Amino acid sequence: MLVIRRDLVDAMVAHARRDHPDEACGIIAGPEGSDRPERFVAMDNAERSPTFYRFDSMEQLRVHREMERNDEETVVVYHSHTATEPYPSRTDISYASEPNAHYVLISTRDPEQHELRSYRIVDGVVTEEPVEVVESYMFAHTGADDTPDCP
Amino acid sequence: MAVIVSIPTILRTHTGGKKSVEAAGETLAQVIDDLETNHGGLKQRLVKEGALHRFVNVYVNDEDVRFAGGLEAAVKDGDTVTILPAVAGG
Repeated sequence: MLVIRRDLVDAMVAHARRDHPDEACGIIAGPEGSDRPERFVAMDNAERSPTFYRFDSMEQLRVHREMERNDEETVVVYHSHTATEPYPSRTDISYASEPNAHYVLISTRDPEQHELRSYRIVDGVVTEEPVEVVESYMFAHTGADDTPDCP
Repeated sequence: MAVIVSIPTILRTHTGGKKSVEAAGETLAQVIDDLETNHGGLKQRLVKEGALHRFVNVYVNDEDVRFAGGLEAAVKDGDTVTILPAVAGG
């Protein structure tokens, strides 16, 4: 399951809308081992294409170095599909190389209503996972609102 | 000639989990051959049909070797070689 703050979802969707009809891409970094997306990094799509994306290699190196300095890792890798459903394409699967990352796809094919889904891609096998959007990580997983956490 | 090679998560199965390893060589091709002798299986993840695999980006210090001679890129003592998975798709 991907647990993610609403402002980060909004940032991905805004980036996807801004670059439409080209595909948008980026990452969300988080503390190493936390599985918690925190720092939003929009990347340039070096392909500038409605059907492909590729991180600009120099920008990717800069972001990699920043993450190393901050003890961060890639928690989310996102990109948009601008004319098709938000499901990983064959190319997406062949390039997927972060077994611990959440691969988020956003479809902007409908101008009014975006679609957002998250997947794990491990050894070429795609597994969709639920997405829980939260206001803050502090209060995530404390149980349903009608069940008090403390007696 | 020793260089430090930074290994991405996906390839650390070949380095016993190590994030970086040392290798020797005067060109990237020689460094990769040297890596292969100590960490078998790495080469085929990096090189395909005599060129860098499209699934990886390789940098010598701050330079993407695709724009600096590819496998023939010069490497000198103390350089850092960074391997990152290319992030791309459709």
